[in-house]
Amino acid sequence: MSRRVRLYDIAHARAGDKGDVSNVSVWVEDPAHYAAVRRELTPERIRAAFPRLVRGAVEIHALPHLLGLNIVMREALEGGVNRSLNLDGHGKSWSYLILRLKIELDPPSKTRVR
Amino acid sequence: MEALRRLEGGERPGRVLRIGCGAGFSSDRLGPAVDLLAEGRLDWLVLECIGERTMAFGHRDRRRDPSAGYNPRLAARMRALLPLCRRHGTRLLSDMGVANPAAAAERTIAIARELGLAGLTVAWLEGDEVTDIVDRDTPLLEGGTVGEAEGALLAANAYLGIEHLLPALLTGADVVLTGRVADPSLFLAPLVLHFGWEAHDWERLAAGTLVGHLLECGMQVTGGYFADPGRKEVPDLARCGYPLAEVGPDGEAVVTKLASAGGRVSAATVKEQLLYEVHDPTAYVTPDVIADFSRVTVEEVGRDRVRVAGARGRPRPERLKVTLAFDGGWLGEAGVSYAGINAVARAELAREILRERLLGIHGLRCPLRFDLIGVDSLHGTAGVGPVRTEDVRLRVACRTREREEAELVLWETEAILTCGPAGGGGFRGRIVESVTTASSFVARDAVHARVEVLEA
Repeated sequence: MSRRVRLYDIAHARAGDKGDVSNVSVWVEDPAHYAAVRRELTPERIRAAFPRLVRGAVEIHALPHLLGLNIVMREALEGGVNRSLNLDGHGKSWSYLILRLKIELDPPSKTRVR
Repeated sequence: MEALRRLEGGERPGRVLRIGCGAGFSSDRLGPAVDLLAEGRLDWLVLECIGERTMAFGHRDRRRDPSAGYNPRLAARMRALLPLCRRHGTRLLSDMGVANPAAAAERTIAIARELGLAGLTVAWLEGDEVTDIVDRDTPLLEGGTVGEAEGALLAANAYLGIEHLLPALLTGADVVLTGRVADPSLFLAPLVLHFGWEAHDWERLAAGTLVGHLLECGMQVTGGYFADPGRKEVPDLARCGYPLAEVGPDGEAVVTKLASAGGRVSAATVKEQLLYEVHDPTAYVTPDVIADFSRVTVEEVGRDRVRVAGARGRPRPERLKVTLAFDGGWLGEAGVSYAGINAVARAELAREILRERLLGIHGLRCPLRFDLIGVDSLHGTAGVGPVRTEDVRLRVACRTREREEAELVLWETEAILTCGPAGGGGFRGRIVESVTTASSFVARDAVHARVEVLEA
Protein backbone atom coordinates (compact mmCIF):
# COMPACT_ATOMS: atom_id res chain seq x y z
CA MET A 1 0.00 0.00 0.00
CA SER A 2 1.35 3.39 -0.96
CA ARG A 3 2.05 5.71 1.92
CA ARG A 4 2.59 8.61 -0.45
CA VAL A 5 -0.38 10.97 -0.25
CA ARG A 6 -1.30 14.44 -1.40
CA LEU A 7 -0.98 17.04 1.34
CA TYR A 8 -4.56 17.89 0.35
CA ASP A 9 -5.72 14.55 1.73
CA ILE A 10 -4.29 15.04 5.21
CA ALA A 11 -4.23 18.81 5.77
CA HIS A 12 -6.02 22.05 5.00
CA ALA A 13 -4.44 25.40 4.20
CA ARG A 14 -5.02 29.13 3.74
CA ALA A 15 -3.03 31.69 1.80
CA GLY A 16 -2.50 35.35 2.68
CA ASP A 17 -0.49 38.19 1.14
CA LYS A 18 1.45 41.23 2.26
CA GLY A 19 3.23 43.08 -0.51
CA ASP A 20 5.25 40.52 -2.49
CA VAL A 21 5.25 38.01 0.38
CA SER A 22 2.84 35.09 0.36
CA ASN A 23 2.19 32.98 3.41
CA VAL A 24 0.38 29.66 3.37
CA SER A 25 -0.58 28.12 6.70
CA VAL A 26 -0.93 24.34 6.60
CA TRP A 27 -2.95 22.49 9.25
CA VAL A 28 -2.50 18.74 9.58
CA GLU A 29 -5.63 16.92 10.72
CA ASP A 30 -4.26 13.71 12.27
CA PRO A 31 -1.46 14.09 14.83
CA ALA A 32 0.06 10.88 13.43
CA HIS A 33 0.85 12.71 10.18
CA TYR A 34 2.39 15.85 11.61
CA ALA A 35 5.98 14.66 11.93
CA ALA A 36 6.08 13.54 8.30
CA VAL A 37 4.64 16.81 7.02
CA ARG A 38 7.03 18.82 9.16
CA ARG A 39 9.97 16.76 7.90
CA GLU A 40 9.01 16.91 4.22
CA LEU A 41 7.81 20.50 3.89
CA THR A 42 11.17 22.24 3.90
CA PRO A 43 12.10 25.60 2.39
CA GLU A 44 14.24 23.72 -0.16
CA ARG A 45 11.28 21.54 -1.15
CA ILE A 46 9.01 24.58 -1.63
CA ARG A 47 11.59 26.45 -3.69
CA ALA A 48 12.33 23.40 -5.81
CA ALA A 49 8.62 22.71 -6.41
CA PHE A 50 7.83 26.24 -7.65
CA PRO A 51 11.09 27.69 -8.99
CA ARG A 52 9.36 30.09 -11.39
CA LEU A 53 6.99 31.39 -8.75
CA VAL A 54 9.03 31.67 -5.56
CA ARG A 55 12.02 33.90 -6.28
CA GLY A 56 12.98 34.84 -2.74
CA ALA A 57 13.68 33.13 0.56
CA VAL A 58 11.30 30.65 2.15
CA GLU A 59 10.85 30.32 5.92
CA ILE A 60 8.75 27.75 7.72
CA HIS A 61 7.41 28.33 11.22
CA ALA A 62 5.99 25.42 13.22
CA LEU A 63 3.06 25.49 15.67
CA PRO A 64 3.25 21.87 16.83
CA HIS A 65 0.51 22.11 19.47
CA LEU A 66 -1.97 23.12 16.76
CA LEU A 67 -0.46 20.79 14.12
CA GLY A 68 0.34 23.84 12.03
CA LEU A 69 3.11 25.03 9.74
CA ASN A 70 3.37 28.52 8.32
CA ILE A 71 5.16 28.72 4.97
CA VAL A 72 6.40 32.24 4.24
CA MET A 73 7.52 32.80 0.66
CA ARG A 74 9.24 36.03 -0.32
CA GLU A 75 9.10 37.47 -3.84
CA ALA A 76 6.34 34.98 -4.57
CA LEU A 77 3.51 37.23 -5.79
CA GLU A 78 4.93 38.58 -9.04
CA GLY A 79 5.43 41.97 -7.39
CA GLY A 80 2.34 41.93 -5.17
CA VAL A 81 -1.32 42.69 -5.75
CA ASN A 82 -0.87 46.24 -7.07
CA ARG A 83 1.87 45.24 -9.53
CA SER A 84 1.23 41.66 -10.62
CA LEU A 85 -0.47 40.88 -13.92
CA ASN A 86 -1.70 37.57 -12.52
CA LEU A 87 -5.51 37.45 -12.32
CA ASP A 88 -5.00 36.22 -8.75
CA GLY A 89 -2.70 39.02 -7.69
CA HIS A 90 -3.20 38.22 -4.00
CA GLY A 91 -2.11 34.62 -4.57
CA LYS A 92 -5.29 33.51 -2.79
CA SER A 93 -5.08 30.22 -4.69
CA TRP A 94 -1.48 29.50 -3.63
CA SER A 95 -2.86 27.34 -0.78
CA TYR A 96 -3.96 24.84 -3.40
CA LEU A 97 -0.51 24.86 -5.01
CA ILE A 98 0.99 23.77 -1.68
CA LEU A 99 -1.75 21.18 -1.05
CA ARG A 100 -0.79 19.50 -4.34
CA LEU A 101 2.59 18.45 -2.91
CA LYS A 102 3.05 14.77 -2.05
CA ILE A 103 4.00 13.59 1.44
CA GLU A 104 5.62 10.25 2.30
CA LEU A 105 3.87 9.15 5.48
CA ASP A 106 5.69 7.33 8.26
CA PRO A 107 4.96 3.60 8.62
CA PRO A 108 2.00 3.08 10.97
CA SER A 109 4.09 1.25 13.58
CA LYS A 110 6.33 4.26 14.05
CA THR A 111 3.58 6.76 14.59
CA ARG A 112 0.48 5.01 15.82
CA VAL A 113 0.02 5.89 19.47
CA ARG A 114 -2.92 4.21 21.06
CA MET B 1 -3.53 63.20 27.29
CA GLU B 2 -6.33 64.38 29.60
CA ALA B 3 -8.74 62.23 27.62
CA LEU B 4 -6.67 59.09 28.08
CA ARG B 5 -6.58 59.52 31.85
CA ARG B 6 -10.33 59.13 31.89
CA LEU B 7 -9.72 55.57 30.73
CA GLU B 8 -8.58 54.62 34.19
CA GLY B 9 -10.65 51.75 35.47
CA GLY B 10 -12.45 51.28 32.16
CA GLU B 11 -16.07 51.98 31.27
CA ARG B 12 -17.65 48.74 32.46
CA PRO B 13 -14.72 46.48 33.29
CA GLY B 14 -16.71 43.72 34.99
CA ARG B 15 -18.88 42.88 32.02
CA VAL B 16 -18.07 40.77 28.96
CA LEU B 17 -17.75 42.94 25.87
CA ARG B 18 -19.59 41.86 22.73
CA ILE B 19 -17.87 43.07 19.60
CA GLY B 20 -18.79 42.10 16.05
CA CYS B 21 -17.31 42.50 12.62
CA GLY B 22 -19.65 43.73 9.89
CA ALA B 23 -17.17 43.89 7.00
CA GLY B 24 -13.75 42.40 6.45
CA PHE B 25 -12.92 44.11 3.20
CA SER B 26 -14.04 46.97 0.99
CA SER B 27 -16.86 45.16 -0.83
CA ASP B 28 -17.90 42.75 1.90
CA ARG B 29 -21.59 41.81 2.21
CA LEU B 30 -24.07 44.06 3.96
CA GLY B 31 -27.07 41.83 4.81
CA PRO B 32 -25.29 39.68 7.42
CA ALA B 33 -23.96 42.87 9.08
CA VAL B 34 -27.55 44.06 9.47
CA ASP B 35 -28.51 40.68 10.99
CA LEU B 36 -25.56 40.72 13.40
CA LEU B 37 -26.42 44.22 14.53
CA ALA B 38 -30.12 43.39 14.91
CA GLU B 39 -29.66 40.16 16.88
CA GLY B 40 -26.14 40.21 18.29
CA ARG B 41 -26.65 42.49 21.33
CA LEU B 42 -23.38 44.15 20.36
CA ASP B 43 -21.52 46.86 22.22
CA TRP B 44 -19.48 47.61 19.12
CA LEU B 45 -19.75 46.82 15.43
CA VAL B 46 -16.50 47.22 13.50
CA LEU B 47 -16.32 47.43 9.71
CA GLU B 48 -12.79 46.87 8.41
CA CYS B 49 -12.64 47.95 4.80
CA ILE B 50 -9.08 48.88 3.77
CA GLY B 51 -6.48 46.74 2.05
CA GLU B 52 -3.30 47.67 0.18
CA ARG B 53 -5.36 47.63 -3.01
CA THR B 54 -8.36 49.61 -1.74
CA MET B 55 -6.20 52.22 0.01
CA ALA B 56 -4.61 52.86 -3.39
CA PHE B 57 -8.06 53.07 -5.04
CA GLY B 58 -9.10 55.65 -2.42
CA HIS B 59 -6.25 57.93 -3.45
CA ARG B 60 -7.06 57.39 -7.12
CA ASP B 61 -10.71 58.35 -6.51
CA ARG B 62 -9.84 61.43 -4.43
CA ARG B 63 -7.48 62.62 -7.18
CA ARG B 64 -10.42 62.55 -9.61
CA ASP B 65 -12.91 64.10 -7.19
CA PRO B 66 -11.85 65.85 -3.94
CA SER B 67 -15.14 64.87 -2.27
CA ALA B 68 -14.52 61.14 -2.99
CA GLY B 69 -11.86 58.72 -1.78
CA TYR B 70 -13.83 57.07 1.03
CA ASN B 71 -15.38 53.62 0.80
CA PRO B 72 -17.74 53.54 -2.22
CA ARG B 73 -20.26 51.45 -0.27
CA LEU B 74 -20.32 53.70 2.80
CA ALA B 75 -23.69 55.29 2.02
CA ALA B 76 -25.53 51.99 1.54
CA ARG B 77 -23.98 50.57 4.69
CA MET B 78 -24.81 53.63 6.82
CA ARG B 79 -28.42 53.73 5.61
CA ALA B 80 -28.92 50.14 6.71
CA LEU B 81 -26.89 50.21 9.94
CA LEU B 82 -27.36 53.62 11.57
CA PRO B 83 -31.01 53.13 12.63
CA LEU B 84 -30.13 49.77 14.21
CA CYS B 85 -27.10 51.24 15.97
CA ARG B 86 -29.38 53.75 17.63
CA ARG B 87 -32.05 51.18 18.49
CA HIS B 88 -29.58 48.79 20.16
CA GLY B 89 -27.10 51.29 21.59
CA THR B 90 -24.29 49.82 19.51
CA ARG B 91 -21.38 52.04 18.53
CA LEU B 92 -19.93 51.74 15.05
CA LEU B 93 -16.21 51.99 14.24
CA SER B 94 -14.87 51.76 10.72
CA ASP B 95 -11.93 52.67 8.51
CA MET B 96 -14.35 53.44 5.66
CA GLY B 97 -12.88 56.95 5.59
CA VAL B 98 -10.03 55.42 3.53
CA ALA B 99 -8.31 58.40 1.83
CA ASN B 100 -10.91 60.97 2.90
CA PRO B 101 -12.30 60.50 6.45
CA ALA B 102 -13.68 64.05 6.60
CA ALA B 103 -15.84 63.52 3.51
CA ALA B 104 -16.94 60.13 4.85
CA ALA B 105 -18.05 61.76 8.11
CA GLU B 106 -19.94 64.51 6.28
CA ARG B 107 -21.72 61.95 4.12
CA THR B 108 -22.63 59.90 7.19
CA ILE B 109 -24.09 62.98 8.90
CA ALA B 110 -26.13 63.77 5.78
CA ILE B 111 -27.52 60.22 5.78
CA ALA B 112 -28.32 60.41 9.51
CA ARG B 113 -30.30 63.60 8.84
CA GLU B 114 -32.17 61.94 5.95
CA LEU B 115 -33.05 59.10 8.33
CA GLY B 116 -34.23 61.50 11.04
CA LEU B 117 -31.52 60.44 13.49
CA ALA B 118 -31.20 63.84 15.13
CA GLY B 119 -28.27 64.19 17.51
CA LEU B 120 -26.28 61.30 16.03
CA THR B 121 -22.59 62.10 16.34
CA VAL B 122 -19.72 61.10 14.08
CA ALA B 123 -16.07 61.45 15.10
CA TRP B 124 -13.47 61.28 12.39
CA LEU B 125 -9.79 60.75 12.77
CA GLU B 126 -7.13 62.12 10.49
CA GLY B 127 -3.38 62.14 10.58
CA ASP B 128 -2.64 58.79 8.97
CA GLU B 129 -1.73 60.54 5.73
CA VAL B 130 1.99 61.31 6.05
CA THR B 131 2.74 62.30 2.47
CA ASP B 132 4.35 65.54 3.68
CA ILE B 133 6.70 63.67 6.00
CA VAL B 134 7.99 61.37 3.26
CA ASP B 135 10.68 62.71 0.95
CA ARG B 136 12.82 61.52 -1.96
CA ASP B 137 15.36 59.92 0.36
CA THR B 138 12.87 57.91 2.41
CA PRO B 139 13.97 54.27 2.13
CA LEU B 140 11.52 51.62 0.96
CA LEU B 141 11.22 48.21 2.58
CA GLU B 142 11.34 46.71 -0.91
CA GLY B 143 14.70 48.38 -1.61
CA GLY B 144 15.68 51.78 -3.02
CA THR B 145 14.13 55.10 -2.03
CA VAL B 146 10.95 57.01 -2.80
CA GLY B 147 12.89 59.11 -5.33
CA GLU B 148 14.12 56.01 -7.13
CA ALA B 149 10.68 54.40 -7.36
CA GLU B 150 8.92 54.26 -10.72
CA GLY B 151 5.97 56.66 -10.93
CA ALA B 152 5.09 59.78 -8.96
CA LEU B 153 4.29 59.44 -5.25
CA LEU B 154 0.54 59.93 -4.79
CA ALA B 155 0.22 59.48 -1.06
CA ALA B 156 1.68 57.83 2.00
CA ASN B 157 -0.39 56.52 4.89
CA ALA B 158 0.87 55.42 8.29
CA TYR B 159 -0.88 52.60 10.13
CA LEU B 160 -2.33 54.31 13.19
CA GLY B 161 -3.02 52.38 16.39
CA ILE B 162 -4.99 52.58 19.61
CA GLU B 163 -3.09 55.62 20.90
CA HIS B 164 -4.61 57.56 18.00
CA LEU B 165 -7.99 55.82 18.05
CA LEU B 166 -8.75 56.13 21.76
CA PRO B 167 -9.18 59.93 21.76
CA ALA B 168 -11.75 59.49 18.97
CA LEU B 169 -13.58 56.79 20.92
CA LEU B 170 -13.47 58.90 24.10
CA THR B 171 -15.50 61.63 22.41
CA GLY B 172 -18.42 59.24 22.93
CA ALA B 173 -19.46 59.64 19.29
CA ASP B 174 -21.94 57.09 17.98
CA VAL B 175 -19.85 56.52 14.87
CA VAL B 176 -16.07 56.73 14.54
CA LEU B 177 -14.55 56.91 11.06
CA THR B 178 -10.87 56.66 10.21
CA GLY B 179 -8.43 56.31 7.37
CA ARG B 180 -5.54 53.87 7.62
CA VAL B 181 -5.50 52.15 11.00
CA ALA B 182 -3.92 48.76 11.70
CA ASP B 183 -6.78 46.30 11.30
CA PRO B 184 -6.61 44.66 14.76
CA SER B 185 -6.38 48.09 16.43
CA LEU B 186 -9.97 48.76 15.32
CA PHE B 187 -11.05 45.94 17.63
CA LEU B 188 -8.45 46.46 20.35
CA ALA B 189 -9.38 50.11 20.98
CA PRO B 190 -12.97 49.34 22.13
CA LEU B 191 -11.59 46.60 24.42
CA VAL B 192 -9.07 48.97 25.99
CA LEU B 193 -11.79 51.57 26.46
CA HIS B 194 -14.18 49.05 28.01
CA PHE B 195 -11.79 47.26 30.33
CA GLY B 196 -9.43 50.13 31.07
CA TRP B 197 -6.30 48.19 30.10
CA GLU B 198 -3.05 50.02 30.71
CA ALA B 199 -1.05 51.37 27.78
CA HIS B 200 1.87 49.06 28.65
CA ASP B 201 -0.11 45.97 29.58
CA TRP B 202 1.44 44.05 26.68
CA GLU B 203 -0.14 40.71 27.60
CA ARG B 204 -3.70 42.04 27.50
CA LEU B 205 -3.00 44.20 24.46
CA ALA B 206 -1.75 41.04 22.72
CA ALA B 207 -4.86 39.14 23.80
CA GLY B 208 -7.06 41.89 22.36
CA THR B 209 -4.96 42.00 19.22
CA LEU B 210 -5.57 38.29 18.76
CA VAL B 211 -9.33 38.91 18.98
CA GLY B 212 -8.99 41.71 16.44
CA HIS B 213 -6.86 39.61 14.13
CA LEU B 214 -9.42 36.78 14.18
CA LEU B 215 -12.40 39.10 13.54
CA GLU B 216 -10.90 41.62 11.15
CA CYS B 217 -11.49 39.59 7.99
CA GLY B 218 -15.19 39.07 8.68
CA MET B 219 -16.49 35.72 7.47
CA GLN B 220 -13.02 34.32 6.96
CA VAL B 221 -13.35 32.99 10.53
CA THR B 222 -16.97 31.83 10.18
CA GLY B 223 -16.49 29.63 7.12
CA GLY B 224 -16.39 32.26 4.39
CA TYR B 225 -12.95 31.39 3.00
CA PHE B 226 -12.94 27.74 3.95
CA ALA B 227 -15.38 25.48 2.10
CA ASP B 228 -14.09 22.79 -0.24
CA PRO B 229 -16.95 20.50 -1.30
CA GLY B 230 -16.43 16.92 -0.20
CA ARG B 231 -13.43 17.92 1.89
CA LYS B 232 -14.33 20.84 4.18
CA GLU B 233 -18.06 21.48 4.42
CA VAL B 234 -19.69 24.70 5.61
CA PRO B 235 -23.45 24.62 6.28
CA ASP B 236 -25.68 27.21 4.59
CA LEU B 237 -22.73 29.14 3.19
CA ALA B 238 -25.15 31.29 1.17
CA ARG B 239 -26.34 32.83 4.45
CA CYS B 240 -22.95 32.81 6.15
CA GLY B 241 -22.87 35.12 9.17
CA TYR B 242 -20.24 37.57 10.34
CA PRO B 243 -18.34 36.78 13.55
CA LEU B 244 -18.65 38.26 16.99
CA ALA B 245 -16.46 37.79 20.03
CA GLU B 246 -17.42 37.71 23.68
CA VAL B 247 -14.37 39.11 25.42
CA GLY B 248 -13.55 38.91 29.12
CA PRO B 249 -11.51 41.30 31.29
CA ASP B 250 -8.16 39.63 30.57
CA GLY B 251 -8.80 39.40 26.85
CA GLU B 252 -9.85 35.75 26.87
CA ALA B 253 -12.50 35.36 24.20
CA VAL B 254 -15.03 33.12 22.54
CA VAL B 255 -15.43 33.61 18.81
CA THR B 256 -18.90 32.76 17.58
CA LYS B 257 -21.69 33.77 15.21
CA LEU B 258 -25.46 34.15 15.34
CA ALA B 259 -27.21 30.80 15.66
CA SER B 260 -29.62 31.95 12.93
CA ALA B 261 -26.79 32.61 10.45
CA GLY B 262 -25.14 30.11 8.15
CA GLY B 263 -21.48 29.27 8.30
CA ARG B 264 -19.33 27.49 10.82
CA VAL B 265 -16.94 28.45 13.62
CA SER B 266 -14.63 25.55 14.42
CA ALA B 267 -11.07 24.97 15.52
CA ALA B 268 -10.19 24.57 11.84
CA THR B 269 -11.74 27.87 10.68
CA VAL B 270 -10.13 29.70 13.59
CA LYS B 271 -6.69 28.15 13.04
CA GLU B 272 -6.69 29.09 9.36
CA GLN B 273 -7.45 32.68 10.32
CA LEU B 274 -4.90 32.68 13.17
CA LEU B 275 -2.00 32.78 10.69
CA TYR B 276 -3.74 34.64 7.87
CA GLU B 277 -1.25 37.23 6.57
CA VAL B 278 1.03 36.43 9.53
CA HIS B 279 4.69 35.69 8.87
CA ASP B 280 6.56 34.90 12.09
CA PRO B 281 3.87 33.74 14.58
CA THR B 282 6.07 34.88 17.48
CA ALA B 283 6.16 38.47 16.21
CA TYR B 284 2.90 39.83 14.84
CA VAL B 285 3.73 43.52 14.75
CA THR B 286 1.04 46.17 15.14
CA PRO B 287 1.35 49.82 16.23
CA ASP B 288 0.11 48.74 19.68
CA VAL B 289 2.12 45.66 20.61
CA ILE B 290 4.31 42.90 19.23
CA ALA B 291 2.06 39.90 19.70
CA ASP B 292 3.24 36.31 19.98
CA PHE B 293 0.59 33.91 18.63
CA SER B 294 2.86 30.86 18.74
CA ARG B 295 1.32 29.45 21.93
CA VAL B 296 -2.29 30.41 21.30
CA THR B 297 -4.78 27.71 22.22
CA VAL B 298 -7.90 27.03 20.16
CA GLU B 299 -10.68 25.06 21.83
CA GLU B 300 -14.19 24.19 20.68
CA VAL B 301 -16.42 24.89 23.67
CA GLY B 302 -19.84 24.58 22.05
CA ARG B 303 -21.60 24.57 18.71
CA ASP B 304 -19.93 27.31 16.63
CA ARG B 305 -18.14 28.55 19.74
CA VAL B 306 -14.34 28.55 19.89
CA ARG B 307 -12.36 29.82 22.86
CA VAL B 308 -8.97 31.37 22.16
CA ALA B 309 -6.32 32.28 24.72
CA GLY B 310 -2.58 32.33 25.21
CA ALA B 311 -1.42 35.30 23.14
CA ARG B 312 1.60 36.99 24.67
CA GLY B 313 2.94 40.49 24.13
CA ARG B 314 6.11 42.52 23.95
CA PRO B 315 6.51 46.32 23.83
CA ARG B 316 5.15 48.04 20.74
CA PRO B 317 7.53 49.09 17.92
CA GLU B 318 8.99 52.58 17.94
CA ARG B 319 8.18 53.25 14.31
CA LEU B 320 4.90 53.08 12.41
CA LYS B 321 4.60 51.22 9.13
CA VAL B 322 3.68 53.31 6.11
CA THR B 323 2.11 52.29 2.80
CA LEU B 324 3.14 54.48 -0.11
CA ALA B 325 1.03 54.71 -3.25
CA PHE B 326 2.64 55.54 -6.58
CA ASP B 327 1.14 56.35 -9.96
CA GLY B 328 1.28 52.97 -11.68
CA GLY B 329 0.22 54.06 -15.16
CA TRP B 330 -2.45 51.96 -16.85
CA LEU B 331 -3.62 48.40 -16.49
CA GLY B 332 -5.17 46.99 -19.69
CA GLU B 333 -6.99 43.68 -19.78
CA ALA B 334 -8.73 41.98 -22.69
CA GLY B 335 -10.08 38.52 -23.43
CA VAL B 336 -11.82 36.23 -25.92
CA SER B 337 -13.24 32.73 -25.36
CA TYR B 338 -12.99 29.40 -27.19
CA ALA B 339 -15.19 26.37 -26.47
CA GLY B 340 -15.93 22.91 -27.84
CA ILE B 341 -13.73 20.39 -29.65
CA ASN B 342 -10.04 21.35 -29.72
CA ALA B 343 -10.75 24.59 -27.84
CA VAL B 344 -7.40 24.60 -26.04
CA ALA B 345 -5.44 24.26 -29.27
CA ARG B 346 -7.40 27.10 -30.89
CA ALA B 347 -6.88 29.30 -27.84
CA GLU B 348 -3.14 28.41 -27.85
CA LEU B 349 -2.96 29.46 -31.49
CA ALA B 350 -4.72 32.74 -30.70
CA ARG B 351 -2.23 33.34 -27.87
CA GLU B 352 0.77 32.75 -30.17
CA ILE B 353 -0.67 35.05 -32.84
CA LEU B 354 -1.35 37.84 -30.33
CA ARG B 355 2.10 37.47 -28.81
CA GLU B 356 3.62 37.81 -32.28
CA ARG B 357 1.46 40.81 -33.19
CA LEU B 358 1.97 42.75 -29.94
CA LEU B 359 5.65 41.94 -29.41
CA GLY B 360 6.92 41.16 -32.92
CA ILE B 361 4.93 43.48 -35.15
CA HIS B 362 4.14 46.38 -32.78
CA GLY B 363 7.24 45.98 -30.64
CA LEU B 364 5.52 46.53 -27.27
CA ARG B 365 8.03 46.47 -24.43
CA CYS B 366 5.71 46.98 -21.44
CA PRO B 367 5.00 44.03 -19.09
CA LEU B 368 2.52 41.76 -20.90
CA ARG B 369 0.87 38.55 -19.78
CA PHE B 370 -0.98 35.95 -21.88
CA ASP B 371 -3.18 33.50 -19.94
CA LEU B 372 -5.47 30.69 -20.96
CA ILE B 373 -8.19 30.85 -18.32
CA GLY B 374 -9.25 27.29 -17.56
CA VAL B 375 -5.77 25.98 -18.42
CA ASP B 376 -2.92 27.94 -16.89
CA SER B 377 -4.06 31.42 -15.80
CA LEU B 378 -3.40 31.41 -12.06
CA HIS B 379 -0.85 28.68 -11.47
CA GLY B 380 0.82 28.92 -14.85
CA THR B 381 3.60 30.95 -13.28
CA ALA B 382 4.21 28.08 -10.86
CA GLY B 383 4.80 25.71 -13.75
CA VAL B 384 1.86 23.45 -12.97
CA GLY B 385 1.00 21.39 -16.07
CA PRO B 386 -2.01 21.97 -18.33
CA VAL B 387 -5.45 20.56 -17.65
CA ARG B 388 -8.11 19.25 -20.06
CA THR B 389 -11.02 21.53 -20.78
CA GLU B 390 -13.26 22.49 -23.67
CA ASP B 391 -14.08 25.96 -22.36
CA VAL B 392 -11.13 28.29 -22.31
CA ARG B 393 -10.59 32.04 -22.35
CA LEU B 394 -7.55 33.84 -23.65
CA ARG B 395 -6.66 36.77 -21.43
CA VAL B 396 -4.09 39.42 -22.28
CA ALA B 397 -2.98 41.91 -19.63
CA CYS B 398 -0.51 44.77 -19.74
CA ARG B 399 0.80 47.44 -17.42
CA THR B 400 2.07 50.54 -19.15
CA ARG B 401 2.79 54.25 -18.70
CA GLU B 402 1.29 54.93 -22.16
CA ARG B 403 -2.46 54.64 -22.47
CA GLU B 404 -2.07 54.12 -26.24
CA GLU B 405 -0.25 50.86 -25.58
CA ALA B 406 -3.15 49.58 -23.48
CA GLU B 407 -5.56 50.68 -26.23
CA LEU B 408 -3.50 48.71 -28.73
CA VAL B 409 -3.67 45.56 -26.58
CA LEU B 410 -7.47 45.84 -26.49
CA TRP B 411 -7.72 46.53 -30.23
CA GLU B 412 -5.54 43.60 -31.26
CA THR B 413 -7.29 41.22 -28.84
CA GLU B 414 -10.70 42.17 -30.25
CA ALA B 415 -9.37 41.80 -33.79
CA ILE B 416 -8.29 38.19 -33.14
CA LEU B 417 -11.98 37.29 -33.48
CA THR B 418 -11.79 37.54 -37.29
CA CYS B 419 -8.02 37.56 -37.80
CA GLY B 420 -7.29 34.39 -35.83
CA PRO B 421 -8.51 30.82 -35.12
CA ALA B 422 -12.06 29.55 -35.66
CA GLY B 423 -14.89 30.06 -33.24
CA GLY B 424 -13.57 32.76 -30.90
CA GLY B 425 -16.15 34.96 -29.18
CA GLY B 426 -17.08 37.08 -26.21
CA PHE B 427 -14.53 39.89 -26.37
CA ARG B 428 -14.36 42.15 -23.32
CA GLY B 429 -11.70 44.70 -22.58
CA ARG B 430 -11.05 47.44 -20.07
CA ILE B 431 -8.38 49.94 -19.15
CA VAL B 432 -8.03 51.23 -15.60
CA GLU B 433 -5.68 53.61 -13.86
CA SER B 434 -3.19 51.68 -11.82
CA VAL B 435 -1.67 52.51 -8.45
CA THR B 436 1.34 50.60 -7.15
CA THR B 437 2.36 50.42 -3.50
CA ALA B 438 5.48 50.07 -1.39
CA SER B 439 6.20 50.17 2.35
CA SER B 440 8.33 52.23 4.68
CA PHE B 441 8.40 53.44 8.29
CA VAL B 442 8.01 56.78 10.07
CA ALA B 443 8.89 57.78 13.60
CA ARG B 444 5.87 57.50 15.87
CA ASP B 445 6.20 61.09 17.09
CA ALA B 446 6.23 62.43 13.53
CA VAL B 447 2.57 61.47 13.20
CA HIS B 448 -0.02 63.91 14.52
CA ALA B 449 -3.53 62.58 14.67
CA ARG B 450 -6.53 64.86 15.02
CA VAL B 451 -10.16 64.15 15.90
CA GLU B 452 -13.22 66.15 14.94
CA VAL B 453 -16.85 65.50 15.88
CA LEU B 454 -19.92 66.31 13.77
CA GLU B 455 -23.54 66.14 14.88
CA ALA B 456 -26.62 65.41 12.79
